[in-house]
Amino acid sequence: MAMPKREPTKLVPVPSTNIIPERDVDKSPILECRHLGIDFGGLTAVNDFNMAIGRTEIAGLIGPNGAGKTTVFNLLTKVYQPTRGTILLDGVDTHSMSTVQVNKAGIARTFQNIRLFSNLSVEDNVKLGLHNHISYGLWQGLFRLPGYWQGEKVAHERAMELLSIFDMENLASTKAGSLPYGAQRRLEIVRALATNPSLLLLDEPAAGMNPSETAELMENIVKIRDTFQIAVLLIEHDMSLVMSICEGICVLNFGQIIAKGTPDEIQADPVVIEAYLGKQKEG
Amino acid sequence: MVTFLTRLINGISLGSVYAIIALGYTMVYGIAKMLNFAHGDVIMVGAYVCFFAVANFALPPLAGVALAMLVCTVLGMVIERLAYKPLRQAPSLAVLITAIGVSYFLQNGAQLLWGSNNKMFPSFLSGDALSLLNGDLRVSLVTVVNVVVCVVIMLALTWFTSRTKMGKAMRACSEDKGAAQLMGINVDTTISMTFAIGSALAAVAGVLYMSSYPILVPTTGSMPGIKAFTAAVFGGIGSIPGAFLGGLLLGVIEIFAGGYISTQLQNAIVFAVLIVVLLVKPSGLLGKQIREKV
Amino acid sequence: MNKLKSMSPATRTNFLTYAAVILTFAILQPLSAAGKISPTLQGQLVPVCAYVVMALSLNLTVGVLGELSLGHAGFMSVGAFSGAVCASALQNVIPASGLRLGVSMVVGALLAGIVGTIISVPVLRLNGDYLAIVTLAFGQIIKSIVENLYVGVDAKGLHFSFLQPTMRLGEGGRMILNGPMGIPNISKISTFLAGFILIMVTLAVIFNLVNSRSGRAIMALRDNRIAAESVGINVIKYKMMAFVISAALAGAAGALFSLGQNTIVASKFDFNMSILILVYVVLGGQGKMWGSILAASFLTILPETAAMRDLKDYRMLAYAIVLILVMLATNSPALKGFFARFFRRKEDKTEKGGAQ
Repeated sequence: MAMPKREPTKLVPVPSTNIIPERDVDKSPILECRHLGIDFGGLTAVNDFNMAIGRTEIAGLIGPNGAGKTTVFNLLTKVYQPTRGTILLDGVDTHSMSTVQVNKAGIARTFQNIRLFSNLSVEDNVKLGLHNHISYGLWQGLFRLPGYWQGEKVAHERAMELLSIFDMENLASTKAGSLPYGAQRRLEIVRALATNPSLLLLDEPAAGMNPSETAELMENIVKIRDTFQIAVLLIEHDMSLVMSICEGICVLNFGQIIAKGTPDEIQADPVVIEAYLGKQKEG
Repeated sequence: MVTFLTRLINGISLGSVYAIIALGYTMVYGIAKMLNFAHGDVIMVGAYVCFFAVANFALPPLAGVALAMLVCTVLGMVIERLAYKPLRQAPSLAVLITAIGVSYFLQNGAQLLWGSNNKMFPSFLSGDALSLLNGDLRVSLVTVVNVVVCVVIMLALTWFTSRTKMGKAMRACSEDKGAAQLMGINVDTTISMTFAIGSALAAVAGVLYMSSYPILVPTTGSMPGIKAFTAAVFGGIGSIPGAFLGGLLLGVIEIFAGGYISTQLQNAIVFAVLIVVLLVKPSGLLGKQIREKV
Repeated sequence: MNKLKSMSPATRTNFLTYAAVILTFAILQPLSAAGKISPTLQGQLVPVCAYVVMALSLNLTVGVLGELSLGHAGFMSVGAFSGAVCASALQNVIPASGLRLGVSMVVGALLAGIVGTIISVPVLRLNGDYLAIVTLAFGQIIKSIVENLYVGVDAKGLHFSFLQPTMRLGEGGRMILNGPMGIPNISKISTFLAGFILIMVTLAVIFNLVNSRSGRAIMALRDNRIAAESVGINVIKYKMMAFVISAALAGAAGALFSLGQNTIVASKFDFNMSILILVYVVLGGQGKMWGSILAASFLTILPETAAMRDLKDYRMLAYAIVLILVMLATNSPALKGFFARFFRRKEDKTEKGGAQ
């Protein structure tokens, strides 16, 4: 991989047994989950999930298939209402918020099985991310009043600017559904970024990408964090990606957190190794 | 009091017919996850077949019913094979529009074949009425037959789905088609069988419905069809006891609405019930909630 | 012409659609005025315009929002009856028939829009098949209500009665709407010009909506509701917006239609009418506005032509078959390939999936 070896981030404890990067510690965490849990009928999908993410942290959520990682994302974005526990987004309890309100409050996400507006153009997809940041309303649009032209112009410029992160400006008028797989994943990230989040959730952003695409993606995730000064939480199976860009990592198995720490700590943790590889035979 | 009981009995009688039709909707929805809009028109075809068998060819009524069941079974399977099977993976909007097309096809085909003028369905259930409460309350033979047939069908289907191999295959398919296929179940055959059973029941329902409302026209099936769908949703779509319960309740509501509120608004009230049910409990009385996978 | 080429394909299609409508009107209007059109076609000019607007407005729900409405005729009915009642009541107040027609169409649109708003509150909490069935139910309820509504007018204004055919009207009062008997003796004030204007307004509303922030949000719901919510788009708000605009346009079409008829009855606007409009939309292509215009025009005029009149009995049967075949051809993987070989079209990669 082309990524230079990073200095490992030092993680420090914050209230309620969670950890965040040392540099973010003078500000409260952007996200804090306390004893979060959800049951589907009799099945407990996630239980006692505790996690904090620093303002500018790139955090990872890993675990074997079916561990409940995407369910955590669905809880954070309120696709599912938690059965137990609290989610604090920038110190505010999201209990009564809907998916839409959570997005407005600052969480944006991508999806494991890509969910683009596939019949719309790339540019329109990004403009939909900008939806709540475009100020004109229905009537100005229907009658093409000056507000419409002004609003569309600003939206177009902003969309192009965001697309330039991944060098996708030349694809602006392409139908999103006809993009190659990797480009669809990147477009999803751009669309999420367009909503101006303070926390970006990426669900397997590197799935289906080749190693060079993955390397480029890693650089871009770091670049996004640095430029926008936001926190990123990602689910990923590509361990090289997770271990090289994530600062704090949370390992989930059967809906429970089994380990938390820096990449080095996680890699050395026998519990994690067992969860991934199974128990080693004695003798 | 007698009026109330009479209406209740009429409601149960009509509701039994709705329940039989609703079973067809609910089984198909449970397995193929589609709203078979043409189901109501299969009823109409069944009624016509029985009508011609009895009136023109002088077959005994039971033979007429059997013939109608046979024709409808084949019709149901052919519809499934030609119109719905190619659309298994298509969006639900496309499937629903196709089903509406099939419904229209049957109605207009019937109109061309058999004309649009009214046909009086012969009443072969004109036996003596039962007298209860010193003759104040009369229960017609049609009512007795409706209820008995409905209960028998309901019990038979419950036995079929829980005890027979094909029935279990149906339940497996309604849970998870992919998994069912991996277990060696032939999904296509199972879906085809479901349509066959549903359509055969529609033929029975058609004859019973005609015994209460004997005017037969090509659009005869659409109203009871839509109402029975309402009943299926009411009871919880996909659930066999739900269809039974929903059918009975809807029949009673309809007769009560007509009797106590207004006959002109009878249908409007039935549809209002549908809307309220869908809003308050979209999964119906006995249905289960389905969670969307993200 | 160069400017035409530099437009985006979607804008170009919109532009050409406007141009084609204007051109058709420019050709037909003088011919109609000079009496050079057959009486049958002459009589169809206003209904065709009404059906075109119905198809366009339904296409907003089906093609742009992506939800199936089976009660669209209900909104047409609301517009038709409120428009006709309004025109009748205003007969002496506004003598100029053009203005009276305009006011009636606005009233029809407003009332249908209000009914659409009321209905959309429960309807739009549902999705897919359930939403379709509830719109069907509402269509039936609207029909039942109009069938039992009686409206009279006297010096004091309008009088309404529900289920009771008798009402006390003042001196010189008269009944306008007679329940199941509908409205007789309508003074026909609808004109081809009014129909043309309504089509142009409808096109402008739909095209401008689709290419604006709100329209994008509506199409986002169609393409992926969950993703739309994840970027902060209010599902109910935009579904409702599409649904209500669609209802209001159908109401205006209803008023145009009824004021071009001698008599209207509630049973005309039944489920069959809803399906007929749906056939236009499906046949013309979901989301394709020019397709709706063509399909609605041809399928209204064609059965009236002398050659086709003998085959009138087969018309609905043919529609049913067409409906099924179009769905199979566009959605079945096997048939898709089969048809693709016949109609080998150049796939336009920059094509915008919105309304065209």
